[in-house]
Amino acid sequence: MNMTIDFQTYFELLNLYSDYAMAVDSADWEKWPDFFVEDGTYRLQPRENFEQGLPLCLLALESRAMIKDRVYGVKETMYHDPYYQRHIVGTPRVISVEGGRDADTIHSEANYVVVRTKYDGESTVFNSGYYRDVIVRTPEGLKLQSRLCIYDTEMIPNSIIYPI
Amino acid sequence: MTGNATVFPKDPTWEGEGSSRIPFWAYTRDDLYQQELERFFYSGHWCYVGLEAEIPNPGDFRRTVIGERSVIMVRDTNGAINVVENVCAHRGMRFCRERHGNRKDFFCPYHQWNYSLEGDLQGVPFRRGVKQEGKINGGMPPEFKLEEHGLTKLKVATRGGVVFASFDHDVEPLEEFLGPTILQYFDRVFNGRKLKVLGYRRQRIPGNWKLMQENIKDPYHPGLLHTWFSTFGLWRADNKSQLRMDEHFRHAAMISTRGQGGKNDEVVSGVDSFKDQMKVNDPRLLDIVPEPWWNGPTAVMTTVFPSVILQQQVNSVSTRHIQPNGHGSFDFVWTHFGFDDDSEEMTQRRLIQANLFGPAGFVSADDGEVIEWSQEGFEQKPAHRTVVEMGGYDIGDSEHMVTETLIRGMYAYWRKVMGQ
Ligand code: FES
Ligand SMILES: [Fe+2]
Repeated sequence: MNMTIDFQTYFELLNLYSDYAMAVDSADWEKWPDFFVEDGTYRLQPRENFEQGLPLCLLALESRAMIKDRVYGVKETMYHDPYYQRHIVGTPRVISVEGGRDADTIHSEANYVVVRTKYDGESTVFNSGYYRDVIVRTPEGLKLQSRLCIYDTEMIPNSIIYPI
Repeated sequence: MTGNATVFPKDPTWEGEGSSRIPFWAYTRDDLYQQELERFFYSGHWCYVGLEAEIPNPGDFRRTVIGERSVIMVRDTNGAINVVENVCAHRGMRFCRERHGNRKDFFCPYHQWNYSLEGDLQGVPFRRGVKQEGKINGGMPPEFKLEEHGLTKLKVATRGGVVFASFDHDVEPLEEFLGPTILQYFDRVFNGRKLKVLGYRRQRIPGNWKLMQENIKDPYHPGLLHTWFSTFGLWRADNKSQLRMDEHFRHAAMISTRGQGGKNDEVVSGVDSFKDQMKVNDPRLLDIVPEPWWNGPTAVMTTVFPSVILQQQVNSVSTRHIQPNGHGSFDFVWTHFGFDDDSEEMTQRRLIQANLFGPAGFVSADDGEVIEWSQEGFEQKPAHRTVVEMGGYDIGDSEHMVTETLIRGMYAYWRKVMGQ
């Protein structure tokens, strides 16, 4: 295990974070599952559960297929007030790296804030937390093996529909 | 009612005897809301506070709420559960700021009055004054008695691992409060097995608290609003089902047994939300394994008035705590749990099925949304009223879902207690 990656790899890592944010803010939800490997997982968990070692998440999507099921729900089945969202994601912090300087696996974290804007309302901080990620190298570039979003905003302003 | 009637009536009265047309002002008036707190949350009723499994050890406590009053549920050194109000007997501070923890006693940081886990005042700093140059300065008056200044203690009842409390020490026993019918559905889930807390979810819903009780007394909506349910065949209007109430019509249980799927033109024609033959990409979302304690029904949703909803939806079980804050908002706190003897596989199954529920859930997020939109409609013209007449005007148990009888029942009770 080391903590050094070459600049090219770090650049790819930055791109992954910013592309993800753009995709989930674009309302083009179909793009979201593609950031994950096939057995990749997405979990959105309140900080209180994480810190108490309680396993419950707000969403626990255990595969890319399940992430696709979520996209279907968001697009087709869940009645909700439409809103815009905007992710502000901090610079990722590399925790550890496996493999060479071009990395097979990267463990990294980044703070995020999501601002929600409803059509007739002001822009408000909707969800604030950090990502704990495991990122792997694939023939199609870096992908998420797992993304755990731990949020401080435990009291959710009614509902969360779109991906964080 | 015509469009140009008075929008903000001065002295609104509920027209007629029934409860099938609920005035919008029942959801918008602050004076009524305060009366509801007094009459439902602070007297005559048992309110949910938590699960015994949340405080397994002596000294464990968890801060929670009844109505708008902050309370602490704590296990004392004898293993008994106490519930005390989180307001210091000295100058009224809400002294407990942590959400949970373990303590030998409680103390208020302002002047460090100190309380036992039973809520008794144990010590007051400088009670006998402070000695200075041979003189005693200050101190409490000699007639001040610690025994007279404890925390407000609530009456506590536990059953099957669930903790209820009441500010009203004359409240009837919990079993009578629930009544034999609802008790039976309560005991079906909480049959004495040890519970295992899986975690919490919290949401603030900008709507009147009664709307959440109504939502779970409304079997008319799930197959319609929750397109996800109908898409994947989890809820259909022709599911075998029963609706049951206590004798006061305040509590209810919606009991249903999932059908065998397949298309039935009568129940899906005209249902915009129905999509035939859909399958989830990851079958684990609907990997339902019947459990022996279900005794048949695949879902039982129990509303215990006024404070809690008990959820069993296939393998997902939770309590949903209603914590009102103002006439137009409440916090909704979900505690998901399993049972001590669950296999690892069953725990995973409960956790994955939890994706259906909660503030982001496939079939729950939309409940929060429609409650918000209902409140908006009520605020806009309080003089108007709803039409709760699916299945007629009367109130009674039912063998089908095509009725709003449980909501009529709740408002018959509400009118009686509120004198409206
Ligand atoms: S207010 Fe609590 S000790 Fe003074
Ligand atoms: Fe619902």
